[in-house]
Amino acid sequence: MNYGLTEEQLMIKELARKIATEKALPVRAELDETGQFPWDVVKACAEANLTGIGIEEKYGGIGGGTLEYCIATEELSIVCGGIALSYSATGLGTMPIILFGNEEQKKKYLPDIATGKKLAAFGLTEANAGSDAGGMQTTAKKDGDYFILNGTKQWITNGGEAETYSVIAITDKSKGARGASAFILEKDMPGFTFGKKENKMGIRASATRELVFQDCKIHKSQLLGKEGQGFIVAMKTLDRTRPGIAAQAVGIAQGALNEAIKYAREREQFGQKIISFQAVQHMLSDMATQTEAARALVYAAAREIDSGSKETSKISAMCKLFASDTAMKVTTDAVQIFGGYGYMKEYPVEKMMRDAKITQIYEGTNQIQRNVIALELIKEMAAKK
Amino acid sequence: MSIKIINEKCIGCKICVPVCPVGAISMVDLPAEGNAKPKKKAVIDLDKCNLCGACPSSCKFKAIEIIKEDVHVVDKSQYKGIWVFAEQYENNVHPVVLELLGEGRKLANELKVELCAILLGDASVEGEAKDLISYGADKVYVAIADELKHYTTLPYTTMISKMIKQYKPEIVLFGATTTGRDCASRIAARINAGLTADCTGLAIDKETKLLQQTRPAFGGNIMATIICKNHRPQMSTVRPKVFKKAVPDKGRKGEIIKVPAKIDQGDLLVKVINIIKDTTVKVNLSEAEIIVSGGRGLQAPENFKLVEELAEVIGGAVGASRATVDAGWISSHHQVGQTGKTVCPKLYIAVGISGAIQHLAGMQSSDIIVAINRDPDAPIFKVATYGIVGDLFEVVPKLTRKLKEVRG
Amino acid sequence: MHIIVCIKQVPGTTQVKINPETNTLIREGVEAIINPFDENAIEAALQLRDKHGGKVTVITMGPPQAVNALKDAIALGVDDVILVSDRAFAGADTWATSYTLSQTIRKIGQYDLIICGKQAIDGDTAQVGPGVAEFLGIPQVTFAVGIEINNGMLKVNRLLEETNEMIELKLPAMLTVVKQINTPRMPSFKGKIKAKNAVVTQWNAKDINAEENKTGLKGSPTSVVKIFTPPPKGGGEILKGSVDEAVDVLVKKLRDRKIC
Repeated sequence: MNYGLTEEQLMIKELARKIATEKALPVRAELDETGQFPWDVVKACAEANLTGIGIEEKYGGIGGGTLEYCIATEELSIVCGGIALSYSATGLGTMPIILFGNEEQKKKYLPDIATGKKLAAFGLTEANAGSDAGGMQTTAKKDGDYFILNGTKQWITNGGEAETYSVIAITDKSKGARGASAFILEKDMPGFTFGKKENKMGIRASATRELVFQDCKIHKSQLLGKEGQGFIVAMKTLDRTRPGIAAQAVGIAQGALNEAIKYAREREQFGQKIISFQAVQHMLSDMATQTEAARALVYAAAREIDSGSKETSKISAMCKLFASDTAMKVTTDAVQIFGGYGYMKEYPVEKMMRDAKITQIYEGTNQIQRNVIALELIKEMAAKK
Repeated sequence: MSIKIINEKCIGCKICVPVCPVGAISMVDLPAEGNAKPKKKAVIDLDKCNLCGACPSSCKFKAIEIIKEDVHVVDKSQYKGIWVFAEQYENNVHPVVLELLGEGRKLANELKVELCAILLGDASVEGEAKDLISYGADKVYVAIADELKHYTTLPYTTMISKMIKQYKPEIVLFGATTTGRDCASRIAARINAGLTADCTGLAIDKETKLLQQTRPAFGGNIMATIICKNHRPQMSTVRPKVFKKAVPDKGRKGEIIKVPAKIDQGDLLVKVINIIKDTTVKVNLSEAEIIVSGGRGLQAPENFKLVEELAEVIGGAVGASRATVDAGWISSHHQVGQTGKTVCPKLYIAVGISGAIQHLAGMQSSDIIVAINRDPDAPIFKVATYGIVGDLFEVVPKLTRKLKEVRG
Repeated sequence: MHIIVCIKQVPGTTQVKINPETNTLIREGVEAIINPFDENAIEAALQLRDKHGGKVTVITMGPPQAVNALKDAIALGVDDVILVSDRAFAGADTWATSYTLSQTIRKIGQYDLIICGKQAIDGDTAQVGPGVAEFLGIPQVTFAVGIEINNGMLKVNRLLEETNEMIELKLPAMLTVVKQINTPRMPSFKGKIKAKNAVVTQWNAKDINAEENKTGLKGSPTSVVKIFTPPPKGGGEILKGSVDEAVDVLVKKLRDRKIC
């Protein structure tokens, strides 16, 4: 199936698959064990121009959109969700600059990201502000031409590995929803350090660290968008990047499905290959159908965003919700099909199950996604009066 | 028209179609005669066909023919004798030379011609000439010059080409070493001779008296027999460790002929500025009779120790799969495989190696292959003489211990 | 600096099957690729160009479909490609191939360095690189695992059987490279777009002034008389039982055969 993809989109798919097979596959088990960052794979993505997918050609990118980004992320995720995230998380950190950056900021930061020379990260979450992003406590106090940041961001993907950070901080608590602002920070700015690397259940080839700000003084030219726009920056960014996480989930599901089919064709019990048992066939059929449906939702959301439509929140939330739940179900079923072997680290599916879990949690938990969808349904119905 | 299907002989069996590496053969329907079933015949797309020679051998009915014009190039009757290039390094003749003398002797006897060796070096190399005679050379042509002490392409090429032109051997054999392959290919290009690489079989055709050179292609998956019909000399580089070494006879008589060697300054274009020996290689891998090789199954570089301990007890060299070399666990001088070394030991023990075709290409002609791997479906077991399916971390130490025990 | 890389399109056989009835190789469904050693050659050329400036031209002698290998080279970032193709070239052995490639290079004109892969994975001869060097009358260095250029001087690290040899020479020269020299880069998206739109220059025998009796089957000193598959290895034995038992049996068998 070619899903109506254009020749160029198919080229991106082919490139990502080549990188996944030649570079990621040989090291995924080792990186899962050691938690090391997949620099070789990211380098290959840079060579292939995949790091420039979301960036306009005039800044050195290839001018692709959400769908291209999803295609690349899915292909890498089929082999390893953690390695794929180390590639795709830069897209999340770059999106605020793409959407809200002024010309100087774009010229300064985008070219190096497009060529893969530098990675990016997005700093929103805090210890006391997960789903309740409004409860964040990192402050950015205005001081003449500068802002001084204090606080800690938690569980930031690419933290410590990236050079460019889009960070949301409170500039005026009294203003409530208009009280936060977005900033661009660079690694090695004085007052900006990192916490320890987290020891995670899954996606272990991805680096997760705290961002620690202690009287970090930055010039006002680092402000992204207008003062007070912080939450809007965050929401608009997540709206655009949610399909990327969904694509990661679809890839993880597809990878697990592929392994399960392969195994079921080889494993013999009761004198037959287990794939000849209807129970197994039905499981695989359900897994395949759900994965395909998730993919269709992701493509629909990506296409909606790329068309310039304003009605993207609902479909974006839906694809993330459905794809991540699918990934969790499909990987769990894959382990089941492998039986006892599925539980052993020598076989790839237990890792996929561990990798899948996070997709239901980050970039907005699936509970928040359901809230978002419900709110949109209410809005739509109210507007129909 | 250099290749054609002989329609009368082709029965449309389709065997040739998948044999073509570029997919140039297809079947077409011939017009049906009356009520008869339409017959199929093979057809070759000449735009795709590169005349590689794979299909004629595959046709049981000899319906495919490659036609090569018989051209007169040289007066073949002028060329007599078999030469062996006596490659030397620091005045030590390479072991392959003794193998070439052994096999060369058989060929020379069949053709009833002389077997000669050609030896190049500086003055200190002369002592080797006598040994070459005891190993079977009737004549040894020696070329002495300071510039020939250490092999470089052009001085050797010019010298040997001159000697060939002067003495006209019909066959010249080189070892398929880095030196042999570097040198022979340059010489063959210069003197318009036919050169066949990496031969594993040499024979004289009884009727034509031509040298039949058999050698592997496609990483060893197929064998090709090559001839050099009209050009002289017929040249081959021969894979080391395939033929048996000649048995020396100290009393053997022969002639040493010194060839004047004046080196053309125009040939002195490269300078060897340094030679670094790999100190981790204790036993020359290509020469080893026993090799113990480690692969990805070792899981970590420290575990090569298990391979090294077994190798030490059994008196073997340490080999490695490409995966471990790429991962930086061991130097590339230990690499066995299509892009590493080809080895042919008496015993090859593959530890934690899956047996990818690229690795097999480097060791499948070993006399005895022992495979230790926990995956019963690993391809290595298909070529192994003996296989143990199990955890190498258990098997290898036990094997090492048992061998220590019995060898005392 | 102008670097010319000679490549060959080969069948990508990683898994070959043998037809047990006819004992011939089955090469179905095998796509054509750039010879892996030539990928290393292209990468070496690109790295030198990226460091020192200049241009990389990739050439190949082959049937018309070899143009796909050249397009793959464009996707890797080379500056120019040329296909030299003619029915007259079919059946060329390494001598005729070297001659044809050297004529092509003569027609190109100016170059500083020629890089080839060590050998092709179908022919496995490693003879064309040196042949090209001989026809062009330039020095050769084979089995290169490291290349440095400084002021027109080449420093090459050769990977020999048990040693590394450092060689110094002046340009122009011909080098063949081994796989260990580098890791070929990924093709880029921009490169693939360029390749898709590229019109590949194609020369025939006349264009390169090739003498008829030096090309193709006619110009080849060697010819193939027979191709066959080696007898299957087979006859393997999996040693059963516990590890201790299997090890005991193995050692006994090896001792019986006087191996150790």
